[in-house]
Amino acid sequence: MAGATTAGRAHAPSASHRQFFRTSATPGQIALALGIAAFLVLFLVIPVGTVIYVAFTEKGTGGFTLVNFLDFARTDLFIRSFWNSFYASAMSVVVASIFALPLAYITTRFEFRGAMIIQTLGFLPLIMPPFVGAVAMLLLFGRNGTVNLFLDDWFGFKIPFMEGLNGVIFVQAVHYFPFILINLSAALRNIDRSMEEAAQNLGSSGFRLFRRIVFPLAMPGYIAGASLVFVKVFDDLATPLLLNVKDMLAPQAYLRVTSIGIADPMGYVISVVLICMSILAMWISARAMRGKDYATVQRGGGGLAKRQMRPWESALAYAAVLIILLLVLAPHIGLLLLSFATIWSFSPLPDGFTLAHYGRVFGESFIYVKNTFIYASLAGLIDVVLGTAIAYLVLRTRLVGREWLDWAATAALAIPGVVLGIGYLRTFYGVQLPDGTPLAALWIMIVLALAIRRLPYALRACYAALQQISVSLEEAAENLGATKTRTIRRIVLPLMTGGILAGFVTSFATAAVELSATLMLVQSNADAPLAYGLYVFMQSAAGRGPGAALGVIAVLLVALCTFASHLIIEKSQKAKTAGH
Amino acid sequence: MNQPLPATALGANAVDVDIRNVDLSYGTNHVLKGINLHIRPGEFFAFLGPSGCGKTTLLRLIAGFNHADGGEVLVGGQDVSRLPPWKRDVGMVFQSYALWPHMTVRRNVAFGLEERKVPRAEIDRRVAAALELVGLGHLADRRPSQLSGGQQQRVAVARTIAIEPKVLLLDEPLSNLDAKMRVQVRRELRDLQQRLGLTTIFVTHDQEEANTICDRIAVMNDGIVQQVGTPMELYEKPTNLFVANFLGTANILPGRVLREAGERFFDIEGGVRLPIPAHVMVPEGAKLVFRPQHASLGRDRPSDVWLPGTIVHSEFLGATLRYGVRIGTAEVSIDTPFQTGDALHQPGASVDVGLSLRSALWLAA
Repeated sequence: MAGATTAGRAHAPSASHRQFFRTSATPGQIALALGIAAFLVLFLVIPVGTVIYVAFTEKGTGGFTLVNFLDFARTDLFIRSFWNSFYASAMSVVVASIFALPLAYITTRFEFRGAMIIQTLGFLPLIMPPFVGAVAMLLLFGRNGTVNLFLDDWFGFKIPFMEGLNGVIFVQAVHYFPFILINLSAALRNIDRSMEEAAQNLGSSGFRLFRRIVFPLAMPGYIAGASLVFVKVFDDLATPLLLNVKDMLAPQAYLRVTSIGIADPMGYVISVVLICMSILAMWISARAMRGKDYATVQRGGGGLAKRQMRPWESALAYAAVLIILLLVLAPHIGLLLLSFATIWSFSPLPDGFTLAHYGRVFGESFIYVKNTFIYASLAGLIDVVLGTAIAYLVLRTRLVGREWLDWAATAALAIPGVVLGIGYLRTFYGVQLPDGTPLAALWIMIVLALAIRRLPYALRACYAALQQISVSLEEAAENLGATKTRTIRRIVLPLMTGGILAGFVTSFATAAVELSATLMLVQSNADAPLAYGLYVFMQSAAGRGPGAALGVIAVLLVALCTFASHLIIEKSQKAKTAGH
Repeated sequence: MNQPLPATALGANAVDVDIRNVDLSYGTNHVLKGINLHIRPGEFFAFLGPSGCGKTTLLRLIAGFNHADGGEVLVGGQDVSRLPPWKRDVGMVFQSYALWPHMTVRRNVAFGLEERKVPRAEIDRRVAAALELVGLGHLADRRPSQLSGGQQQRVAVARTIAIEPKVLLLDEPLSNLDAKMRVQVRRELRDLQQRLGLTTIFVTHDQEEANTICDRIAVMNDGIVQQVGTPMELYEKPTNLFVANFLGTANILPGRVLREAGERFFDIEGGVRLPIPAHVMVPEGAKLVFRPQHASLGRDRPSDVWLPGTIVHSEFLGATLRYGVRIGTAEVSIDTPFQTGDALHQPGASVDVGLSLRSALWLAA
């Protein structure tokens, strides 16, 4: 506390100093802010606004109406889809928790060999979009998949892992459980040892201690992860479609717009429902977190005390961890097998192996990989430029309304990809280029949609990078005669490089496998990115082999990027600590 | 904190703490080396030492969070060495306070009583009494994050004394407070301890804290108890150079002991020779130690011996003038009371340093 007060005091003069010198913004800053605002309005606010507007207007007359929502409520299919989506999302959270809880608890509470490996492997599912693994999961866990064939041979029964909604739940849980694992592990690690010791000192131990102290303290982290999983599953479009589950909300929105037409109001009504559910889940998560910054680790202290496991506990833990890891890595293993398989049907393993699929992918389908590189790089670039600029405007200037830029950019989190796609189609289809091509058909629209979708994450990375730079470093440069612009160029940007790069790589990697927005916007195969190509391949039995090969390439691409961003962050952190 | 004494907590029930031959190592790092201490019933006792001396390790060992490789800890005559922390009944106030952020102040304080399955009505009564005792009755329904540092500290104390522990352990309880609060809270702690009559152990690296509130202090360094005594004993009669240096300012003159014609002399390095009084014990390799106020400058005051010195610098401290004076190879601090009109000795000036041999000590490391 003494340290905190001194730091506060030392900070106060510099803050008032800043206030004094920076009350008025420079014309350059104003122009920058207006530019960003125009971009966000054009590519986020207007498309989403259009979707909401259409949902509330009467077809034909254009007057305000609630009749579309009444239609929604009166249509059995939509109500069933809503409850199916809700059920699948909630059950995915439950199943994901079953995977994540033991892993988080074992690795944070016990001296466990391989804890690092588990935490790393736990990330793996995130680098592959769930629909990619869905087909592999069908081959492994489907009615005539590997596991059920063995079960039938040995015990004479099958388990319907992949029947209908079960399949969606299983695939989504396997793919999204890392969100819970990561948040929960962080929450557990952030509990100071003295929290537990104080309880022991007052007479508490064992499960009572866990229930009364450890679990409540980790709860906000768990809810944050769980709500993220819920939203992801609720918004996902491609996985249910690939598993041939059509009566869920996101697929319905897509099907209405693509099959019935862009003028049909139901797609827009469903979009509004999707947005509302997203916001609701985020609101619940924010409420759970509010006023509960339970990160209690003290300087020098290091999380909960880890204890040694007894031999039988250890055996049990290893068995549990192994089963869970096998399950969550199944899609990867299946995909890899499939990409080398000649024929794989009604048999536990492929009949033979071949490299032909890779040959085909590198030949005719290489356009997908090329497109993905272009789109994801451009999207990543837009994101870090916007992210850095917004972070600078918010943190370092006193421009009126600068927080609005931050809020608007972050609001993209609540907009499901399918909704953004529909919004772009509706907004930009009417706008035509001189030669008659509608604006919505240009590949650059895909890039812009990807950029908007990934902007919140890149913005956080840039924010964090700028926050770590002490204002006094900039003031020193200005004091020695550098103008604001030169200070940014020579001091701020070089110090932010690590964070900006990390933001770029994250944006790039996630944009590379994003499908929900692009599925709407891809107009021709020549403009299609990897994820779209994958989706097309995976829909036909003959395309599965090349699709899997393409999937493996996508996974490798994202894995490389994730690893690179990890290295960059670590390196820049090392450089910073060395500088201190 | 001016409520009347609660009837349940009386000094008559106070227990002693006996630490016998306690040893503890982390790998090759020998943290506690054969600690023996006896803390009397109702005593306010301090473990004082620099960081890394083992004081917190020893405190946590009493609470059961560390385990000794050898030796035992007795609380009220009962060996608790093998008891887990939750069966020991020694209340600990953590340096960070360790208040649970998901519970209100009232629920934090009630926690220990609930774990002990105390009836609800009794819990309510004792929680209220504990909070009244620290003067926070009106904040019972707040969350810890809504309290100031000083208030959090009092909640931590209330939470601990609510279970009526046999012994109260305080791990640097003042270190997270600002300077002004520190002085106030340490008085309150002393006051509370006196009224409860609770055997209390206080860990600190701040000698002023220990001096002002503790009955006795164990000075620790390098995993060893250097000396145990009241604050005055430790200041007046330190038994080694570490203790002399750690408590207050000590001037140290190196030199060697000479014997001539049955008399002992101390030959100050690069300086003069002093007679050593007959009754004084001088250990092997000892140095001459005296406090700044036990020497005077100039021959106008009577003194046992005079040493020739040179003024190096001077500091005006208000009531006193502190001079840095070179004697032989060493530099010492000498305080002289300041009176209006006194002239400062200028750096470089030669002075005679008068030393009272009764207050001088010969100490080894």
